[in-house]
Amino acid sequence: MTETTVTANSVEGAEGTDGVRRRDFINVAAVSAAGAGAAVVLLPLISQMAPSADVLAESSTEVDVSGIEVGQAIKAVFRKQPLFVRRLTPKEIEEANAVDINSLRDPQTLAERTKEGHLDMLITMGVCTHLGCVPLGAGEGENKGPFGGYFCPCHGSAYDTAARIRQGPAPKNLEVPPYEFTSDTVVKVG
Amino acid sequence: MSFPWAKEYTPQHPLMRYLDEKLPVPRLVYNAVGGGYPVPRNLSYMWNFGVLAGFCLVLQIVTGVILAMHYSADSTIAFAKTEHIMRDVNWGWLLRYAHANGASFFFVVVYLHIFRGFFYSSYKAPREMIWLLGVVIFLLMMATAFMGYVLPWGQMSFWGAKVITGLFSAIPLVGEPLQIWLLGGYAPDDAALNRFFSLHFLLPFVIAAVVILHIWALHIPGSSNPTGVEVKSESDTVPFHPYYTAKDGYGLGVALLIYFAFVFFLPNYLGHPDNYIEANPLSTPAHIVPEWYFWPFYAILRSFTADFLSIPAKLMGVLAMFAAILVWFFLPWLDKSPVRSGHYRPLFRKFFWFGLIPTMAVLFYCGGAPAEQPYVMIAQLATAYYFLHFLVILPIISSIERPEPLPYSITEAVLGKDEAAQLEPAE
Repeated sequence: MTETTVTANSVEGAEGTDGVRRRDFINVAAVSAAGAGAAVVLLPLISQMAPSADVLAESSTEVDVSGIEVGQAIKAVFRKQPLFVRRLTPKEIEEANAVDINSLRDPQTLAERTKEGHLDMLITMGVCTHLGCVPLGAGEGENKGPFGGYFCPCHGSAYDTAARIRQGPAPKNLEVPPYEFTSDTVVKVG
Repeated sequence: MSFPWAKEYTPQHPLMRYLDEKLPVPRLVYNAVGGGYPVPRNLSYMWNFGVLAGFCLVLQIVTGVILAMHYSADSTIAFAKTEHIMRDVNWGWLLRYAHANGASFFFVVVYLHIFRGFFYSSYKAPREMIWLLGVVIFLLMMATAFMGYVLPWGQMSFWGAKVITGLFSAIPLVGEPLQIWLLGGYAPDDAALNRFFSLHFLLPFVIAAVVILHIWALHIPGSSNPTGVEVKSESDTVPFHPYYTAKDGYGLGVALLIYFAFVFFLPNYLGHPDNYIEANPLSTPAHIVPEWYFWPFYAILRSFTADFLSIPAKLMGVLAMFAAILVWFFLPWLDKSPVRSGHYRPLFRKFFWFGLIPTMAVLFYCGGAPAEQPYVMIAQLATAYYFLHFLVILPIISSIERPEPLPYSITEAVLGKDEAAQLEPAE
């Protein structure tokens, strides 16, 4: 054992008066450089799982709303998810406006959820804010639930005529995606 | 196993002591690549390539698993999916270039590792099993690399698949049905592409398993060294960590510089432009060659141009190509010299540097050249020497050669005197 102790000391590097060896500097520098390099390598390895350029390129959708009758709804697709476009009847608008905003779980008025001058065009994602099922109510003859809007059959969330959450486990109103009217009859979503 | 003076793993922290009792993984690592593995003190940089090869395997598995997330093995879209990776996937170009050049880099490293074994006779007892497992790893690597090259579904992919599976059609009687079975059809298509993708994903993990056996077998006798003299005492060894973690780390840094020079500045230098043309079953490219790492063996395949003793030329070529690698399995018994290192074997050394190495270089060059004269004839001469070297010259050398005197020990080889280990003063 004695000879290894000597051998080991002879290669461990000179020790300064402060107890820091010159070799410690090389050691810390090398490990730091390798660590920084490894951290940079993580960037592409993680980023590759994010949406690729072709997915992002499909991320806006144009919808022609001219054919939707009053009281009718259509399903479109936005970001590979259903989009509900619904032309409200005057009675449905009235019902939505009659609700006390402060009693809602996610307080919003119908006007806040539509564009100015298009109070009857309710455009929302068809994705329940609970766990992502497609609620019923947009299709002909589907169950619109107790509040006349949408009803999610998975866990019983009920939305009203402004697609606001009224009953059930969902925490939020159906999401209104960013959109604009590019003409009186065409909506560009996204 | 270990030498009796190997340092014992002694965890200090109570948690580490608990872990050591229940699942001694830290102990395994300590004894494999830590302070508990005594390694000859005189290893040169030629001993870096094992660790580098292990690094390459990890690199290929990581980048490969990621590429598989973005690829589809459907012959109608596989080519488009490759371009999708190159153009649309975030950093996809980097990951694909890293994987394609990583394969080349892996072979560079493994060839150097094998040639280290040739020169220092690392295949000799007591390390035959390490060598045999190494040849198995090399064969698995060749299969994996070949199937990976098919996946982009370019012209070279398609015709590579056709030609290589065509090798099996040379087998008498069962050859043609065998090729059809391998491809799942009459030509490479969906069935072949899907099974190649599946196997290309599987085989690296098989390689990893054999690598574990390779390292396990290595740790029984311990690493060889440039003198070929076995470890005699504690002064002949140093602990793997920090001595060889540092040396391997430095070698890895240098190797990565070269590797990334290719990935970033010459990403297609080792590839073939025809593979950026989608596979077309109706048109063979004018000059088809495999990837560079197969060239020496491809040259041997093409060297058999005439029927030999009633064996068709086609079959002879295939047999010779496989035999060129299978002969490595017999090296431990073909080379009987008790001296391992080429440094102490004057005749062996001459035939290594002026026989085997130039022959491999010539075969390499001819394998990448068109199948025309004079390359075919040169390759035929080189093929003849190749087999002569392993099957005739090596056994003869080992019986007539008078080796140079060996040092008494590794310590003596390094320091001039064995007891010098104790006398060398601190710097």
